[in-house]
Amino acid sequence: MTDVTRPPIAPLAPTSATLRLVWRRLQRNWLSAIALGLIVMMMLAAAFAGWIAPYEPDATDAAATLQVPSLHHWLGTDIYGRDLLSRIIYAARVDLTVAFGATAMALVIGCAIGAVAGLYRGIVDLIIMRCVDSVMAFPAFILAMAITAALGNSVGNVLLAISLTQIPNYLRLIRGEIFRIREMEYADAARVVGNPAWRIMFIHLLPNALPPIIVQATLAMGYALLTMAALSFIGLGIQPPQSEWGSMTAEGAQFIVTGEWWLFLFPGLAIVLMVLSFNLIGDSLRDFLDPRMRGVR
Amino acid sequence: MPPLCEVDDVKVHFALRGSAAWLRTLRDGKPPVVRAVDGVSIDIEAGSTLGLVGESGCGKSTVARALVRLVRPTAGHIRFEGAELTGLSDQDFNEVRPHLQMVFQDPAASLNPRLSVRRMVEEPLKLHSALGAAERKERGEAVLEEVGLGAELADRYPHELSGGQCQRVNIARALVTNPRLIVLDEPTSALDVSLRARVILLLEELRQSHGLSYLFISHDLATVRYLASRVAVMYLGVIVEEATTAELFDRPAHPYTRALLAAVPVPDPDAKRDPFVLSGEIPSPIDIPAGCRLRARCPFAQPVCAEPVPYREVAPGHFAACHLV
Repeated sequence: MTDVTRPPIAPLAPTSATLRLVWRRLQRNWLSAIALGLIVMMMLAAAFAGWIAPYEPDATDAAATLQVPSLHHWLGTDIYGRDLLSRIIYAARVDLTVAFGATAMALVIGCAIGAVAGLYRGIVDLIIMRCVDSVMAFPAFILAMAITAALGNSVGNVLLAISLTQIPNYLRLIRGEIFRIREMEYADAARVVGNPAWRIMFIHLLPNALPPIIVQATLAMGYALLTMAALSFIGLGIQPPQSEWGSMTAEGAQFIVTGEWWLFLFPGLAIVLMVLSFNLIGDSLRDFLDPRMRGVR
Repeated sequence: MPPLCEVDDVKVHFALRGSAAWLRTLRDGKPPVVRAVDGVSIDIEAGSTLGLVGESGCGKSTVARALVRLVRPTAGHIRFEGAELTGLSDQDFNEVRPHLQMVFQDPAASLNPRLSVRRMVEEPLKLHSALGAAERKERGEAVLEEVGLGAELADRYPHELSGGQCQRVNIARALVTNPRLIVLDEPTSALDVSLRARVILLLEELRQSHGLSYLFISHDLATVRYLASRVAVMYLGVIVEEATTAELFDRPAHPYTRALLAAVPVPDPDAKRDPFVLSGEIPSPIDIPAGCRLRARCPFAQPVCAEPVPYREVAPGHFAACHLV
């Protein structure tokens, strides 16, 4: 009788069921919960920097240069007397915007081209994939350096450079997924029912190809952040006086020998914590989105 | 009255690719081709069930896929309700789709895991009818009811359903547009035995109440015997025998059919059996032997079997392709 009569369960809206599942997972996986909390905190701080930051990020104070962290300046001040905490908070705006922006752009472009390659196969796929191979032949960081060096280092160009280096990852991933899913029986079933090509793509193939992409995007957020900081560190990213974690770390590095440790430690810590958080979230998302892992842990 | 659906000498050939195929082209002077379906003609009468049996790899699923245009036939004609389907554009073929549906082999894999039962069952209506959302919902729930699924299952997702329930959803999806013909490609082979019987009973009940016709593809002879009014036996891309179910099971003419029937276990230790086995494996559909395709495996093979085989009527309504009957 298992086939016909199951006790009727209270109908649940799928979204609220998913949300509850996420919540249960987070309760059990406190490390991801902390990571998520850190990211949300940093995003809120960036969004409301004007209210949260104790000082103006670019306000110099000749009377308070190179101050050790204290109650006045929680994370100390730099050589111009600028408050380090305020600068880190304002820097989060640029850093997170570029990381999100670059990831989102790479995701959309990569998925669009990858889906086309997966759908048309043959010569279209061949041409697209050889272009991708030639992009991937460059080390990603060198390519990003070359692009910013060539275009000039504005926020927009840094974003573009990072996203360009990431497009191939999404493209390859989605293409492989589409190849796999288009041969599944439910894709055939969708064709037999009479779905037009666009519905097969957007309703039947893409949604099923997305979970690994979402995981990839989350992990790539950390990578984008790191690339940006590295670009700024070597002077090819965001230019001073605009505060940015990578360039702040670079400025601070000059003071290691003279003992002003807070100048490189705190911006560096911001980078490390954010990258780590994105990676942790990406890992637990991978577990979460795998249907076989449902109900485990 | 012409049959509901005529499959007329349909061939589905696939070209082989890659370096091995290229080498064969050099050797044989022509590119190698998999002759999955190599000239199949069957008629499906309105309101009846045609069983199509054969071992795996004989091309029976490819016939089904050609019928619903998941593959294009290389040659031959398919007529449905008197209209030629083979030359139709994809757009025109879409007009036929609501009348010509298919149920696949793997019940769970043929449901999109991201769509609820409701959305899946209502999808054909969305594509082919002018019904509004409320009417679609009503019709969807009515069909689910008909296949034995309560409305409370409508909001579930495929991974929340059992195998039998999944197959009922598949049947409901095929049924929702009131089709004339449903192609059933081994609809029960992935289900366990107890569910198999229920699904078979459901299919028979639906056929009678809706005046449906089925092309029932299976390698399970017991279910074919129960459901089908006529049975066609397929071997290596061709039909080797076709007759009414009773005739075929009682007086099989072709050695291949006799071998298939002999392979069915009989729950009676004293039953007299046709002590009949074929030797060897089914040949590759790339290198099909000339003459009778069963020749190399048939215990009765004679020199004449190397000649082209006539497909003739051995008894009224009973056709077989064998030199020796």
